[in-house]
Amino acid sequence: MSTKNRIGVVIGAILILLWCLLPVAWIVSLSFKSQEAITNGSPGFLPSSGGGAGWQNYADVLADEQFRRAIFNSIGISLIATGLSVIIATLAAYAIARLEFAGKRFVLTLALVIAMFPVVSLVGPLFDMWRTFGIYDTWPGLIIPYMSFTLPLAIWTLSAFFREIPWEMEQAAQVDGATSWQAFRKVIVPLAAPGVFTAAILTFFFAWNDFVFGISLTSTENARPIPAALSFFVGSDPFNRPASLLAAGAVVSTIPIIVIVLLFQRKIVAGLTSGAVKG
Amino acid sequence: MAGIQMKNIVKQYGDGFPAVNDVSIDVEEGEFLILVGPSGCGKSTLLRMIVGLEDITGGDMVIGGKKVNDLAPRERNLSMVFQNYALYPHLTVYENIAFPLRLAGKPESEIDEKVREASKTLELDEHLERKPGNLSGGQRQRVAMGRAIVRDAEAFLFDEPLSNLDAKLRGQMRTEISRLQKRLGITTVYVTHDQTEAMTLGDRVAVLKRGVLQQHATPRELYENPANLFVAGFIGSPPMNFLPANVKGNQVELPFGTVTIPEDKAAKAQGKGLLIAGIRPDHFEDADVVDKDKVTDEATFKAKVDVVEWLGNEAYAYIPFEAPTEVREQLAQLEKDLDGESLRTQLVVSLDGASRVSEGDEATIWVDARKIHLFDPATGENLTMDADNAGIIPGGNAMAKAEEIGEEQDAV
Ligand SMILES: Nc1ncnc2c1ncn2[C@@H]1O[C@H](COP(=O)(O)OP(=O)(O)OP(=O)(O)O)[C@@H](O)[C@H]1O
Ligand SMILES: [Mg+2]
Repeated sequence: MSTKNRIGVVIGAILILLWCLLPVAWIVSLSFKSQEAITNGSPGFLPSSGGGAGWQNYADVLADEQFRRAIFNSIGISLIATGLSVIIATLAAYAIARLEFAGKRFVLTLALVIAMFPVVSLVGPLFDMWRTFGIYDTWPGLIIPYMSFTLPLAIWTLSAFFREIPWEMEQAAQVDGATSWQAFRKVIVPLAAPGVFTAAILTFFFAWNDFVFGISLTSTENARPIPAALSFFVGSDPFNRPASLLAAGAVVSTIPIIVIVLLFQRKIVAGLTSGAVKG
Repeated sequence: MAGIQMKNIVKQYGDGFPAVNDVSIDVEEGEFLILVGPSGCGKSTLLRMIVGLEDITGGDMVIGGKKVNDLAPRERNLSMVFQNYALYPHLTVYENIAFPLRLAGKPESEIDEKVREASKTLELDEHLERKPGNLSGGQRQRVAMGRAIVRDAEAFLFDEPLSNLDAKLRGQMRTEISRLQKRLGITTVYVTHDQTEAMTLGDRVAVLKRGVLQQHATPRELYENPANLFVAGFIGSPPMNFLPANVKGNQVELPFGTVTIPEDKAAKAQGKGLLIAGIRPDHFEDADVVDKDKVTDEATFKAKVDVVEWLGNEAYAYIPFEAPTEVREQLAQLEKDLDGESLRTQLVVSLDGASRVSEGDEATIWVDARKIHLFDPATGENLTMDADNAGIIPGGNAMAKAEEIGEEQDAV
């Protein structure tokens, strides 16, 4: 790559980063300003003198019982949905990649159709159904729709990974004395790990960021996840919303996602299968 | 350790493709058996049926006196080296070798001891902590072998384990495998389409064509007494020469002249019309370098040499000839079956390195007439075979049967 090219790439990257990160930076900036400073107007990026709140907003947010409960809900619901979704998707994708069975194409097409279904159109029926079933405003009431919307994508991603793994790997394991299940667990799943973690990240994102289900299928802090909780976070004066507290809440709620991505990203090492067979 | 008996094994794939047809082979305990044949003849299929990765359509597979047709691979306790090694890329070399032991739930101390022993045998000690992806082809091959020998399996199965290596390494690994098998004394079935491996490694060799067993014999028996044209053409390098021949009494008319063959051989070939004579390149010699008392008019002919390849210890001379149409067709078909492509009918003659014959010369060539085989061009059968020294030849006409099956296969 020529120097000119490299400079172009760097400038382009900076522009894109600015574009994407400016709002985030602004939220962070807001979260460190005091409520009065914001109400009085504080246009600068850095807090004006005397308008800084230090960590006070964060302390207030974390001290809030409702907020803590919402964080707990979000983490619990997202992790359970991710776990279940990845396990089911792994098994389903394996079957799709390895077995010939009647209706295979149907399953795949159906999965795609579900993935394309607009989320909003399901909210009404789900609201009625969940109330009848008695799972309205509970964790399962959110976990189920999250799974049904993330499974298709997870299945498609994973079956692509499974197809890449040579059949011989599994046969070698069977000859070495493994049952089909052992071969799957000890050889196939580790080899498909990048796919498993990709699917996990996608699912976790969806569940964590969901607002529509979170706000319509919950009514109390019993199951209300963070995005919905933030919108209910009005503070003492309903006409004067605590922008700085909200900003601090928003920043706190992005932290788990950053942690999860950093954790999983290490596992997504491409080309893990290289060396399995003579290429 | 156990013997393996294949009894009338048949394999028909889901699409109706008859890949293996009524093959019966008896592998004795501790024997090194080679399965050989051209590409697509069903060698891998047969091996995979032994190990249990492929369902058996018909016949019995008996290992150690027990019928195993319906047993899963892990219940057969065989170990296999795959053509592409199939190492586990996410595990280190150590863990790759330890894998079968861990599955068997062996205690840690025993695992460690056995893995170290295998790695020592295969000189893998300094690579134990590396991943297969970072190893060379030969090292990967040794890891695959390690995984196979670490466990006390009933038998070893190899599917073209050397085909991915370069020529030099292949030679080294070949002797390595041979030594290892001799030392461990374990029953081994080895698939290859390389006839050098077949000749050098095996106690016995089973030659397959189109899923039909052609002959099951020692390398020497195959070389000296091939059952039919196919086996004759497949075994030996450079391959056997096939010439049109007319037998009159004990005189055989070849394109270059007439030679005299022993009475008993001639008797078997009487009244069959035009035949195909098979003569190995090394059964010819430059008359100038042969002992004088062997050179008689009945055993020599004169021919114009087209090309000479001198290799030091020996030289190959090429002598083109014209073949009558009926023989030419059979020979062209044979070429195709053997994965060959030469369309020219020519004689390949292996001469002593001392021979001074050069290109364009009119040379006097001596032929060892006792070694000539005569084949029936219609069926491919060897008429002059010494049946007592030809190993096991399946009943019926195997080559003709293979041709029939071939038509069935082409139809699928
Ligand atoms: N799953 C399958 N379905 C249908 N036909 C198959 C299948 N697997 C193999 N065959 C056919 O069976 C025949 C024998 O295949 P096999 O793999 O045993 O050949 P091979 O002798 O091992 O050849 P090579 O030396 O090329 O490995 C081939 O002609 C192949 O086309
Ligand atoms: Mg094969």
